[in-house]
Amino acid sequence: MRFLFKTEYDQDIRIAKHSGYVWSYGALLIVVIVAPFLFDEYYVGQLTHLYIMAIAGVGLMLLSGYTGLISLGHAAFFGIGAYTEAVLTGKGLSLPFMEEPIVFSFFLSFPLAGILAGIAGIAIGIPALRLVGIYLAMATFAFAIIIEEVFSRWESVTNGYTGLIVEAIEFGDMDLTDGRPFYFLSLAVLIAVILFSLNLLRSPTGRAMMAIRDSEISAQSMGINLARTKTTAFALSAGITGLAGALFAHKLGFLSPESFTVLQSLELLVLVVVGGIGSLHGAVFGAIFVLSLPQGLAILKDYLPVQIAETPGVEPLLFGLILVWLIIFEPFGIYGRWLKIKHYFQMFPLYKKSTFKRQKSYMKSERLR
Amino acid sequence: MSDQSCSDTKYKKNYSDENWEAALFEFLQLVIGGVSIGCIYALVALGFVLIYKATEVVNFAQGDLMMLGAFLAYTFIGIFGWNYWVGAAAAIVGMFFVGNLIDRAVLRPVLGQPQFSIVMVTIGIGYVARSAAGMVPGWGTETYAISTPFSSEGMRLVPESMGSLVISQTDLSVIVATFVLCGILYAFFTYTRLGVGMQAASQNQLASYYMGIPVKSVFSMIWGISAAVAAAAGILLAPTTLIDTSMGFLGLKAFPAAVLGGFGSIPGAVVGGIIIGIIETLSGFYLPPGFKNVAAYIVLLVVLVVRPQGLFGEKTGKRV
Amino acid sequence: MTFFKAENLAINFGGVKAVDGVNFEINKGECFTIIGPNGAGKTTIFNLISRIYDSTDGSMEFDGQDITNVPPHEIAGLGIARTFQNIELFEHASVLQNLLVGRHCHSKTSLFAETLFLPSVRKAELAHREKVEEIIDFLDLQHYRDSLIMNLPYGVRKVVELGRALCTEPKLILLDEPSSGLNVEETRDMAFWIEDIKRDLGITVLMVEHDMGLVSEVSDRVLVLNYGRMLAHGSPQEVQNDPEVIKAYLGG
Repeated sequence: MRFLFKTEYDQDIRIAKHSGYVWSYGALLIVVIVAPFLFDEYYVGQLTHLYIMAIAGVGLMLLSGYTGLISLGHAAFFGIGAYTEAVLTGKGLSLPFMEEPIVFSFFLSFPLAGILAGIAGIAIGIPALRLVGIYLAMATFAFAIIIEEVFSRWESVTNGYTGLIVEAIEFGDMDLTDGRPFYFLSLAVLIAVILFSLNLLRSPTGRAMMAIRDSEISAQSMGINLARTKTTAFALSAGITGLAGALFAHKLGFLSPESFTVLQSLELLVLVVVGGIGSLHGAVFGAIFVLSLPQGLAILKDYLPVQIAETPGVEPLLFGLILVWLIIFEPFGIYGRWLKIKHYFQMFPLYKKSTFKRQKSYMKSERLR
Repeated sequence: MSDQSCSDTKYKKNYSDENWEAALFEFLQLVIGGVSIGCIYALVALGFVLIYKATEVVNFAQGDLMMLGAFLAYTFIGIFGWNYWVGAAAAIVGMFFVGNLIDRAVLRPVLGQPQFSIVMVTIGIGYVARSAAGMVPGWGTETYAISTPFSSEGMRLVPESMGSLVISQTDLSVIVATFVLCGILYAFFTYTRLGVGMQAASQNQLASYYMGIPVKSVFSMIWGISAAVAAAAGILLAPTTLIDTSMGFLGLKAFPAAVLGGFGSIPGAVVGGIIIGIIETLSGFYLPPGFKNVAAYIVLLVVLVVRPQGLFGEKTGKRV
Repeated sequence: MTFFKAENLAINFGGVKAVDGVNFEINKGECFTIIGPNGAGKTTIFNLISRIYDSTDGSMEFDGQDITNVPPHEIAGLGIARTFQNIELFEHASVLQNLLVGRHCHSKTSLFAETLFLPSVRKAELAHREKVEEIIDFLDLQHYRDSLIMNLPYGVRKVVELGRALCTEPKLILLDEPSSGLNVEETRDMAFWIEDIKRDLGITVLMVEHDMGLVSEVSDRVLVLNYGRMLAHGSPQEVQNDPEVIKAYLGG
């Protein structure tokens, strides 16, 4: 058990609250830096995918976990980021007064993908300002379905269902979008996004977001501009998810509207919930869950009888079962479980189960809010 | 809905003689088709509304319950060879118990948690239902049809001299069944003790406990009823779209219907469903391709921006 | 000089006149209390002042400025803070974070600077924390600094909410039933704090309260409402002896 004696305000503001943080996260950083040199290409690719999903998870977490606005349409922002990146670095942007279309370098197109997704976020965020709860979820859902249709119909840009090949990015004589370079690129973006979010959360805007989540009416009375904070949350969340989408485009190498459906939106939401709603750890844990499940099943298949292993649909079945099981027994997701384990070792041997016991709660109508 | 794609082309041919009467009949014909598919949406939306009214949970597995109901009916009628009516009734009753069971097994432990968590549970149920249905022997991933006593042959609504306006028995069965079901449910909620208890339970669980309402069994009941309604929708839908494990995604179309009607209003769900059905059919015919899929959602977005509480929803504000 | 003035203030909810032509003035530095039977429109007046509701008629003036049509989130910046009858704290945040939200109307850092946590943001944050610690000391909340609101007892939450309002450095504080749900001892503490807020911090207090002991102890002037209309107006003693008021409370 560690006791913190605070002697200055800065101790509360710091990201690393005590030396334990520096040690543990430093060790983690070393592990992820060394990892691509130890594992073969396949696992490096999987880890890269993990980082990309975690970035998208952080994006959605800011909106749903911290601002309390549930989005059922984040695949739209993911897709907008991916298509923007693919088009800008591939065919390029053709302007009426230019003879040749402008092909962007990755370092320009990547932020642009985020910005465009962010603008899309504002476009849905502003009309959705007055909406709460299920109506907001439905509005984002409708938006995502419309965007999905746009992807498949706007063939001059997206190539529709024929699909769009994503060009690899050359940097010097290195292929930036494959293998180790891409691994480190994704890792760097993930770390940057997490730091960015941590900074935001210890600043007035982040606190305003959390205030809106817990009580809009008193947030307003404390001088928080609801419209502006919500729109900011939408823009940031969509922008970060768009960045993830841009990386995802290179990961896939081939885009088609099928990658950005309602199911993808649901998967992102599941990622956030399973990981642990309302924590940045949760976004990373959730990404690990979403990616390691099919991985684990693939490994497990070798040991299972053929009848079971060969049945299609085992994966979604387990996915659904684990989701249900987790919400019943661990409402704060994997991160909640992580906290308990940590607490167990910190308190050893004095751990009390009732520390985390939830009080029986009863639902009250949100309609009367 | 009946043969959406083929009816579009069938009636397009009549359009050659440029006269407004033909155009009008064509329009009316489309509206009839729209009402028919709209009724299916309405039935699925009704399932959402029932559960939402009682538990404030949006059931994302509603479409999948419909799918299960259709498969159950297929098992009784197609595989066991029962009479259509008996098989349909058995499927509806069967789904009542399935819904009841789902609530007892899965939703009861999360009772009282934030609505959002429970919504996630229903998403999980959807995943499980879809993949489980694919694993049941005899169901699998293929598509099936149920033979029904209703013919898809059109019945004339107006004399031939006036023009062509027909409605098939299948469409008619959907429309009639929807209105009968809605009438029963509306009466149930308004006039029975259980119905009123359900409304109370949704407003404040704790207070309802204190008032002697068995909240838990009320919720199981409502899940059962909702699943039964979904089964009815699945059986009615079966002749027009075939039965397969992904037919549950039609449930997503019922969301706009429910929201349009103001989530929580039974007549609202029906009106919303029919509006969505008509808009979808008309936009499929008069607008460029692609609009058919999204017209419902565009309407939904517009409605939400103008009236955030839906067409029939009550506007409420939190009191401080 | 009048500090706050409500003139002919009125609001209807679908035909129900919740507040009907109320006039009152508050002087700087006093404690002004609104009392009245349940449903008299007391909280509605608070909601009108904090601009959660739009008034159907009348005007409000605060510190020489017309606030009848100011957007609700600008009210705190003008120097009016409030508490709520049924406590509206941020449940999933710590006491410290709740109080820091109270500083929101004084934060001027840009989003860009915040995401990079530039030195200017750090400096502003340190200043906010210093102010918050003052309030924590003032209300004796040191012990609860890092507890989550959802784990706190009711009485403490009430104090935290008062603290959050004080963190906005208001000129006028609106207290909606500060003693409701508190036991006798906690009510005594509340009375002392209200006195201190008025005397030491120099903040004008507008209060809605049912506990007549507390009202006569801290109030300078009292306004009695019934069915949205003004019934009486004066010192606590005058009002308590007013026959109209007695009639409103006791019926007859």
